[in-house]
Amino acid sequence: MKHTLSVTVEDKPGALNRITTMFARRGFNIDSLAVGPTEREGVSCITLRVDCSRHTLEQIEKQIHKLVNVLRVTELVPGEAVERELLVVRVSAPGDRRAELVTTAQALGARLLDVGRESVVLELAGSPEELDGFHQLCEPYGVVDLVRTGRVGVPRASAERRVPRRLAAIR
Amino acid sequence: MKMTGGDAILRCLEAEGVEVMFGIPGGAIMPTYDAIARGTTVRHVLARHEQGAGHMAQGYARASGRVGVAIATSGPGATNLVTPIADAWMDSTPLVCITGQVRTPLIGTDAFQECDITGITLPIVKHSWLVQDVEDLAPAIKAAFHVARTGRCGPVLVDVPRDVQETVFEFAYPETVDLPGWRPPTKVHPLQIREAARAIAVARKPVLYVGGGTLNGDACEELFELAEAGTLPVVTTLMGKGAFPESHELHFGWPGMHGPKWSNLAMNTCDVLVAIGARFDDRVTGKLAAFAPGATVIHLDVDPAEISKLRSADIPVVGPLSSALASLATEVARHRADGVPAPEPWLDQIRAWREEFPLRYDANGAWLKPQRVLERLQELTAGTDVVVTTGVGQHQMWAMQYLLSERPRSFITSGGLGTMGYGIPAAVGAKAARPEATVVCVDGDGCFQMTAQELVTAVVEELPIVVVLVNNGYLGMVTQWQDMFFDGRRSHVHLTPDVPNYALLAEAYGGVGMVVTNEEELDDALAQALTLQRTVVVDCRVDPVEQCFPMIPTGAAAVDMLEYQPPAVEEAKAS
Repeated sequence: MKHTLSVTVEDKPGALNRITTMFARRGFNIDSLAVGPTEREGVSCITLRVDCSRHTLEQIEKQIHKLVNVLRVTELVPGEAVERELLVVRVSAPGDRRAELVTTAQALGARLLDVGRESVVLELAGSPEELDGFHQLCEPYGVVDLVRTGRVGVPRASAERRVPRRLAAIR
Repeated sequence: MKMTGGDAILRCLEAEGVEVMFGIPGGAIMPTYDAIARGTTVRHVLARHEQGAGHMAQGYARASGRVGVAIATSGPGATNLVTPIADAWMDSTPLVCITGQVRTPLIGTDAFQECDITGITLPIVKHSWLVQDVEDLAPAIKAAFHVARTGRCGPVLVDVPRDVQETVFEFAYPETVDLPGWRPPTKVHPLQIREAARAIAVARKPVLYVGGGTLNGDACEELFELAEAGTLPVVTTLMGKGAFPESHELHFGWPGMHGPKWSNLAMNTCDVLVAIGARFDDRVTGKLAAFAPGATVIHLDVDPAEISKLRSADIPVVGPLSSALASLATEVARHRADGVPAPEPWLDQIRAWREEFPLRYDANGAWLKPQRVLERLQELTAGTDVVVTTGVGQHQMWAMQYLLSERPRSFITSGGLGTMGYGIPAAVGAKAARPEATVVCVDGDGCFQMTAQELVTAVVEELPIVVVLVNNGYLGMVTQWQDMFFDGRRSHVHLTPDVPNYALLAEAYGGVGMVVTNEEELDDALAQALTLQRTVVVDCRVDPVEQCFPMIPTGAAAVDMLEYQPPAVEEAKAS
């Protein structure tokens, strides 16, 4: 089962490296990874997508939590968090099919970033599932390059304010 | 006060109360060694190899309960510390390693003796610092000591480029540590204690499974209180050996691969297993799925990540073991006072197993038996202030089985990493920590050659140790496995018992060498060695085919352990 972890860390050299090394050493796999600044100066957020059992997830959380630069580890629980991701894609779009592609893409909320003779570049920000759908839509036209940032997220504002789920042993 | 970074390192160590550091100078650490020459209250013990320095710092830490300090230069000096760092990581030994690094402008250019030691050691340190600005130096060292000894103990590394050591700056030792992300648990949840205490008190077949965390957490007195309050049987792991007095009637041996059968039967058939600073290592559990199948597991540890890592804990208790055990002792005593009976029938059962399945070996024959060496060492050191270190292998397991550790921090061994060659330098470090104690390294002939150069350190630095060399001329444990599990195909395990001539080698290093081939010689040599106050190697030529039993074969359930088997082959004894 897939889980999203949001890890806030001190913005110190090697902080990300320590987390990824720990994953590698303990045999955990990372599906996606996104790193960036937060509202607090000197604090970065690392969002990790992992595919593992609940038991392994707890192990991962506890092992991450032990790292000296790590400030907080929370799981972004599906339904209780808003998760977004950015996809940028270059799609092969010869003249006769271009209008159809661009119209459909824009109807889904994608933006046209660049236009060339043989292809166009589109971007879409949305939930990872929306991005999956958009990717499939582009496929028949011919995807030349596609990158995704990896998901980021925050707990829902509308959800009742609740303590983020923490591991049992240190609750 | 204005000073160089090198001087500042020493002022930091002094401020931390460091008494002794172990190291070797080299190019990138020279400004700091120059500062040592200008004066410091910290004693520097000059090792002959950085690995030796690291293990000495470990031996010092384990014998004293303080943080060990090792210092080395960049590149090969630093990489030679990798084994001790890994060892300290596996056994949770508080260790601060300070390494020189090439000048900051040269970092990343493949400069002479450059290596990315913070990168290399990333998976085996609690934390590390590459200090690129001298202003960060004192806070890094302060934080390093704090991290090494708080929570679950372990190794840290501070890498200091040479130009940082040379830079003059205004030094002040910080009073506080700025580590917002480092918050090891300091309190124990009272509800968990209450639940655990009830389960322990009403258990019909409880066992306290005591690991090295009990020693690291300075919780041995509290463990003693708990065991006595509840009349609870105690087994101590290899790393926990010494946490509970082993001649005490509630001590029931050591669990695991070469533990006595009665200890393993107790652990595996108990109804409540109380893991205390122990981590369900595969060498303890045997086949995990078959380990203690009927037991309710109470797991006490300062490291939450150990809880339910391998064996799911029914009652987790996270926090410092000293306060957890003290609270448990009080609560369990209250239950007993309320009339909940002590598990006397269970204790009788374990005693009966001890009678039925004692440690056995065949003392007959021409050869001196290795078990006999350990038995005699035990008899000759009983009641004295002795600290034992070991290497890794058969001799280590026999030392576990036959030496009774009565006091905390009196048995020092490489448990997790299984580092051959740990014994001699660890003994030198232990002697620096406990000069009044007799320090004995029980070593194998395979281990001996891996770090024998540190006998020089023992002699020159006047840190005398007694090496009891259990010399069977083989890499004994590997030989045993080849004989048992590889159809007896001996592959590169024969070392020869007399090349090198260990006694002569000891003399060459400035120590005393003795050779022992029978029990009479053994008694004389040990008696002498233990009183000489010199560095002595007692080369005990023992039966080369003796195997270490009992044994849980890899992958087997602990209850299916093999009992003593006389050697299937014989090797003739010369003269």
